[in-house]
Amino acid sequence: MSASTHSPVLKHHFEDLGQQHACERLGMWMFLATEILFFGGLFGAYTVYRLWYPHEFEFASSHLNRVFATVNTMFLITSSLTMTLAIRSAKLGDKGALVRNLLITAALATAFMVVKGFEYAEDFHEHLVPGPGFSADIGKEASDKGLDPGKVQLFLCFYYVMTGIHGIHIIIGIGCILWLVWEAWRGAIPPENYSTVEVVSLYWHLVDAIWLFLMPLLYLAGAGYGAHH
Amino acid sequence: MSIAVTSHSGPAAAPPPEPPTPPVNYLNVSHTIWSWLFTVDHKRIGILYLVSISIFFVAGGAAAGIVRLNLLQPDGAIVSEDAYNRAFTAHGVLMLFFFLIPAVPAVFGNFFIPMMIGTKDLAFPKLNIASWYVFMIGAVCAVWAVLAGGIDTGWTLYPPYSTRASQSNVIPGVMGAFISGFSSIMTGLNIMVTVHKMRAPGMTWGRLPLFVWALYATSLIQLLATPVVAISLVLIMVERVAGIGIFDPTIGGDPVLFQHLFWFYSHPAVYIMILPGMGVISEVLTCFSRKNIFGYHAIAWSSVGIAVVGFLLWAHHMFVAGISFYAALLFSLLSMLVAVPSAIKVFNWVATLYRGSITYQAPMLFSLGFVVLFIVGGLTGLFLATLGTDIHLHDTYFVVAHFHFVMVGGMVMGYFAALHFWWPKMTGRMYSDWWSRMAAAIIIFGFFITFIPQFVMGYHGMPRRYPNYPAEFQFLNVMSTAGASILGIGYLMPAVYLTLSLFFGKRATANPWSATGLEWQCPSPPVVHNFEHMPLVVVCGPYEYALGVDQLGRGLPEPPGSQDDPAHRDGVTGPAGPMHKETEVVG
Ligand code: HEM
Ligand SMILES: [Cu+2]
Repeated sequence: MSASTHSPVLKHHFEDLGQQHACERLGMWMFLATEILFFGGLFGAYTVYRLWYPHEFEFASSHLNRVFATVNTMFLITSSLTMTLAIRSAKLGDKGALVRNLLITAALATAFMVVKGFEYAEDFHEHLVPGPGFSADIGKEASDKGLDPGKVQLFLCFYYVMTGIHGIHIIIGIGCILWLVWEAWRGAIPPENYSTVEVVSLYWHLVDAIWLFLMPLLYLAGAGYGAHH
Repeated sequence: MSIAVTSHSGPAAAPPPEPPTPPVNYLNVSHTIWSWLFTVDHKRIGILYLVSISIFFVAGGAAAGIVRLNLLQPDGAIVSEDAYNRAFTAHGVLMLFFFLIPAVPAVFGNFFIPMMIGTKDLAFPKLNIASWYVFMIGAVCAVWAVLAGGIDTGWTLYPPYSTRASQSNVIPGVMGAFISGFSSIMTGLNIMVTVHKMRAPGMTWGRLPLFVWALYATSLIQLLATPVVAISLVLIMVERVAGIGIFDPTIGGDPVLFQHLFWFYSHPAVYIMILPGMGVISEVLTCFSRKNIFGYHAIAWSSVGIAVVGFLLWAHHMFVAGISFYAALLFSLLSMLVAVPSAIKVFNWVATLYRGSITYQAPMLFSLGFVVLFIVGGLTGLFLATLGTDIHLHDTYFVVAHFHFVMVGGMVMGYFAALHFWWPKMTGRMYSDWWSRMAAAIIIFGFFITFIPQFVMGYHGMPRRYPNYPAEFQFLNVMSTAGASILGIGYLMPAVYLTLSLFFGKRATANPWSATGLEWQCPSPPVVHNFEHMPLVVVCGPYEYALGVDQLGRGLPEPPGSQDDPAHRDGVTGPAGPMHKETEVVG
């Protein structure tokens, strides 16, 4: 690695770029491990209640909007693709393509949040909100079916907390991607420093992957609900 | 590898000449306040942490003082019952989250890990300073919660009390714990990556000082456990703000689930609090008994063992909270299991002391205190892990005494051992030998008077967290408070003589204790990039006291105040002395 020793992107306390990149990558993987445990607490709690209250969870899930969720899933998967293409552009030193791919990724992420916003609005409109006023309509519908409205609200607590925290991660991701755009634009991401893009992409894929778990747990849990009840 | 040692008298290799003290070091390189607040130097960040956690230690100590004073009388001597709850909660939160958890990793880990493994800095210097800011923001929240009237839930924050009933400042307090958790994650991540990727040439895993192994294991726990308590605290805050949440029993939620999530962090967290202390002890005991450590690999792996097994026992805090009998049985068994690696360490330390040429400077006294008190704390843990006895002992002063023996008798002793061991390196000054030994003696004495009575009270049924008690317990409570006053004086003494040493202390040589680690190869205080010559090539194991060489294979200076005669040194491979012999080097 002696050729890269004097690279302007080499930080002072590293021996060479190889060491610098290895540190960055390992650091991000370890951070992802903390993220998995952070969401793991929620997934664990969800699992417990889902096993205890399967009917209420399916009933509540069947009220969520699966169309919005499907569209959002497409957005996120596609954004993971463009993010990966951005790494390739960075490696090739193609600044224009790098900026373009990053911007598309950020746009898809923003689209996700916009759709999510519409979805929340619809949820509020349909009174899919846990709290004191709950038993009026959806709660009553649950009681009529012999279900406990309290446990339906439990599901909704999970729904809001999980999608809310995931949404915060998306927003942070958009921030990181826009920062990359800025860095790429001012020429601070030469090919030998592509790992900066790679590190952000690792985070982005995790955010995407977590959604791929949230989608079935929250939206598909009640997909067959009407059929056998 | 092996080194042929051909020496006919005296140490194996001549000690390097004492380097001239460089005029510019990390402390005097710049003087403005901004140069400290915006520093990315791991050493300065270590000092920033040292100053901040010292303040929280005093604040937490003051809260403990209120608790102990109030217990002088059976019906409460000084404060209302409500204020009592707030005092012990403030004590727990400040001491755990803002003193003990960052104590060794963030101060001495930050400062010394790069030096011990022979590099210029931690892998992510900016993340490092960010961690300090995050820590301080968390601290501001916690202090705000205390000043605004306090929190009365206990540091364990169990719902539904913390979510529905409590009228106190739960939200800012929980915010403080939540935010400071991220600084803990950042420090852990930084240390782990640094140890993996930044070691000097020749610094193999088998040559890492045991302090590094201990902090590596600690970092693993910080990384994997802290996020779980973070999400649990978020859920508590959501439930408190929204009035509805997943632990809410009125809608079918389960408060015991919170206890599971909480202890999934907080049990491993007790190892965040003890493993670094164990690392310190391994360094100090070897140095002051002038012997190679006994069982290097056993101690190193037992650190990792504790970190891993420590994740599997959380529910021993919930034996009487309504978990199933079989679960309790399993968690009881696993709790017994974690005592094994802890005991391995103790046996190895004792074997290291055996036939060493021991000198009793302050770091050594604190370390010996650690070993004795930790044994008591660890053994009483086994009483609590036993299902039958825990039914009686749970939530009594017995538990309080147990965890103070490990956390205060263990970790705070380890912290003071570290402070005294590395102070000359950090500041370039020696402190008063006599006063520091006195402080160690007073602290150990005060500790026993404070906490032994608590075992007795707890065993006879005095519950913890109660502001009042039956009159029969008064004598023991007064004794405990008296001991706490002695302990308090002992803790204030280092503040005085260490501060004085900064101005009047003798200048420290580079290696005042004649220790083997790489950090002693830097000048005292170190230069900005730690070592004057990079890269270093490490050729020896970390504790070649028998050979009398440091990790670079150079001889050690004469240790202070000892009758150490190289002819009488014992190494793992037998006496290393004037005889011509072939000696195996660890690693
Ligand atoms: C050596 C193995 C250990 C065992 C078997 C053990 C066992 C236990 C058990 C069973 C309890 C629960 C008692 C109850 O609430 O009824 C407990 C409480 C506690 N232990 Fe340990 N322990 C060990 C080591 C440690 C260490 C090393 C620390 C800290 C550095 C520690 C700190 C604590 C604390 C803080 C509590 C009380 C928490 C609370 O309820 O506020 N323990 N221990
Ligand atoms: Cu425990």
